Amino acid sequence: MAKVPVQFTLNGSEKAEFVESGTTLLNALRDKIGDTSPKGGCHQGTCGACSVIIDGELRLSCLTLAETCGGANIKTTAGLAEGGVLHPLQRAFLDGFATQCGFCTPGMIMAAKVLLDRTPNPSREDVVEALSGNVCRCTGYEPIIQAVLSAARANSQNVA
Amino acid sequence: MSLALQTFSTVKDASAALQAAGARYLGGGTLVVRAANEGDVSLSSLVRVTDPSLSRIAVSGGKARLGASVTMAAVARHPELNALSPAARAVGGPAIRNMATVGGNLFAPAPYGDFTVALLALDAIVVTEDGEMPIETFLTGRNASRAVVTAVAFPLPAAESFRFRKVSRVKPKGVSVLSIAALLQRTSDGVVTSARIAFGCMADRPMRAKAAEKALLGCKLTSKEIAPALAAAGAGTSPITDPIASAWYRAEVLPVHLGRLLVG
Amino acid sequence: MELRKDYFADVRTDGLNEIGQPRPRLDSPGHVTGKTAYFADRNFPGMLHLKMVRSPHHHARIRSIDTSEAEKHPGVVKVLTARDVPHNVYTILILIQIGPEDETVLADGKVRWKGEAVVAVLAETERAAQEAAAKVKVDYEVLPAVFDMEEALKPGAPLVNEYHGQNYYLYDSGECRKVRFGDVEAGFAQADHILEQSYQSSPIEHAPTETTGCVVAPEGNDRFTCYTNTQAMFFTLDNASIILQMQGSKLHFVGGTVGGGFGGKVDVIVEPIAILAAKLTGRPVCFIYSREEEMQISSPRAAEKVVIKDGVMKDGRIVARKVTGYTDAGAYSRHSPYGAQKGAAHYPGPYTIPNVWIDTYCVYTNRTPSSAMRGFGVTIGDFALEVQMDKLARLIGMDPLELRFINAYRDGDMKAHRQPTEGAALIECMQEASRAANWPVAEKYMAMSSYRKGA
Repeated sequence: MAKVPVQFTLNGSEKAEFVESGTTLLNALRDKIGDTSPKGGCHQGTCGACSVIIDGELRLSCLTLAETCGGANIKTTAGLAEGGVLHPLQRAFLDGFATQCGFCTPGMIMAAKVLLDRTPNPSREDVVEALSGNVCRCTGYEPIIQAVLSAARANSQNVA
Repeated sequence: MSLALQTFSTVKDASAALQAAGARYLGGGTLVVRAANEGDVSLSSLVRVTDPSLSRIAVSGGKARLGASVTMAAVARHPELNALSPAARAVGGPAIRNMATVGGNLFAPAPYGDFTVALLALDAIVVTEDGEMPIETFLTGRNASRAVVTAVAFPLPAAESFRFRKVSRVKPKGVSVLSIAALLQRTSDGVVTSARIAFGCMADRPMRAKAAEKALLGCKLTSKEIAPALAAAGAGTSPITDPIASAWYRAEVLPVHLGRLLVG
Repeated sequence: MELRKDYFADVRTDGLNEIGQPRPRLDSPGHVTGKTAYFADRNFPGMLHLKMVRSPHHHARIRSIDTSEAEKHPGVVKVLTARDVPHNVYTILILIQIGPEDETVLADGKVRWKGEAVVAVLAETERAAQEAAAKVKVDYEVLPAVFDMEEALKPGAPLVNEYHGQNYYLYDSGECRKVRFGDVEAGFAQADHILEQSYQSSPIEHAPTETTGCVVAPEGNDRFTCYTNTQAMFFTLDNASIILQMQGSKLHFVGGTVGGGFGGKVDVIVEPIAILAAKLTGRPVCFIYSREEEMQISSPRAAEKVVIKDGVMKDGRIVARKVTGYTDAGAYSRHSPYGAQKGAAHYPGPYTIPNVWIDTYCVYTNRTPSSAMRGFGVTIGDFALEVQMDKLARLIGMDPLELRFINAYRDGDMKAHRQPTEGAALIECMQEASRAANWPVAEKYMAMSSYRKGA
């Protein structure tokens, strides 16, 4: 099996690995690099649990081949907390009881982060749209939506 | 055999590699990587092209040309493609729209391929390395198509003349029960002078609603006058049955949603 | 949150420290940082991937299985068939003496539903396992199949499961679970109106975001660690012990972190075969359902049919209720005999009815085996019962909520299955619902209590 080199920045640190050609970014992150925060729920692009941010855009790591990410800047939920301090989204999910089984949580937080990076004061509709590719089968959508809105409020207070 | 990715800088070189058995073109990955993940062992190599011209959007002289690698997100946010934005936004969630391409959507089997429904109503031209053809011709022969699609081109519709509707059970994002696109030219007092309507999910790929188009000519868009078009909507359709809806259900609700698109 | 302290003021203590207080979830910090370890987050060097070859037929005899090409496929380490499984025929409820053993870990001679596990392929990569699985040749003789419960119960229907010998579960009470209370025929004779209605449901898939699976690692001392997302840890451990004929002390289960279960992860499906594979290869093994397997193979909530015949008086009293319930177990028992039994106890609903007759059948068909899901055995019944209550109210021209007040069970009432009612609080819940939904009822109902005078 042909191994190919992949090299990218993950949560601020340089990563270089050899993976089998055709390996998805999800599998490379989880099995090779050891970042298991993206989850494999469907491997077909319908659940959003594997969502990561590549060069500022939300992507599904299960449908992205690792080889196509050369030189990319990749962010995952595992890299969100800085110096042990939770990101406002993480804090809001925690305080707002926005997790149940937790399996969708890292993907939800990634989708929400892309939204807040571009739209610091989103409407409820904006949040619903931004999370529309992420499935919570525990169906705890309302606390999740409220957590994102609450994180946005916390951010804007900090800025002000 | 394992899966291997081959990267080329030109369509021509990729085309040569695609002649090998088990080779498939990799666009955004939402169809072909999914198939590989699901255990399609007939796939042995994925071929991609990095030529930046494939990601170009060109709008001029009332015409648009979208490179095959243009994503749904790029269409949705392009200021001069507002008419197509609803169709691009109808595809997947935000992450899928950042990946799924115009070229890939042309090959998406029902219940996917909502954007292609819009392109079919717009009478787009599909550009391949071998030449150009009307989208209808392309869709008819797409199973046997081996040529790499490089772009689609179409006249930009006037804002009022183009309508798109996707019906799904999950809001705001869900797989299609069906989708409908319509390009309607009307006189100043509202009489339809030409109609081009396309359906998604009413066959294994997007299809024209020719009977309904014909029945709309000379009508105003009122519930009463469009009734014959709605009655004719099902002509020639063979809707798919899948976990989203049965063929029976799709056939039943088609006239309802066509009516809402035309009158609503 | 609002605590309504006017209800049950005389029996309630007010020294509550936890009730009504928000408390942080212990697992949430791990969830929001992506650090929670689900079973699939365990990765071991040299781990093998297990892929299952499954039946493409609803019902078929297996003439032969040829694994020779699959075994030669590059990357394949082991191919398992029924003869590799020490105790291949099992049933999960045998732990509480509910037999017979009726299901095979890997099909032996016959398949009884489309998707049944036949051959397990172990390979170095998932892709190699998929390719080799496609090379396993199984020669099937297709048999007539039955998918409808009433068809399955007719004489001459194809026999689904030989371990039962008939297409229903044989309880100690006979072909169905029975509840007899009062004299239902006398009740119907006395009633002003009779309403008989039939309700039915389709199977429902739990569709957890994390698919069913496990990762097994040999500990090097004949002991195996099984990281699993089962919702039934010790149930699974004990069943694996029986199937593998291994002492429970050799099985080290690590779990409790489940990416959505909803009852869909209480079957013992992936762990025994993965442990067996780890034992026979000496390698770590992962067996994780694909999304398609999760949707098509994992057991759904059973399809049910419920026929309800009620006798009701003009004043709203239900004087007789006869229910026949059918639970579609699919091809194997799993938890369905228990589900159908729960239905028998539940079908009168939260109502006190003097004359009750209930029969509930657990029926075998060639459909995907069903099992537990959130209130299985009662949820579909509740749908049927409450639709029936609305129909009864319409029939006699009464407010549907008032009809429920008249029939609601209250403390001290004897339920049809001979359990006295305690701590019901149904009256009080409906009073509060009446206010919250702005659906007023007559003052006499608002003055009612779950306590009966003198009780």
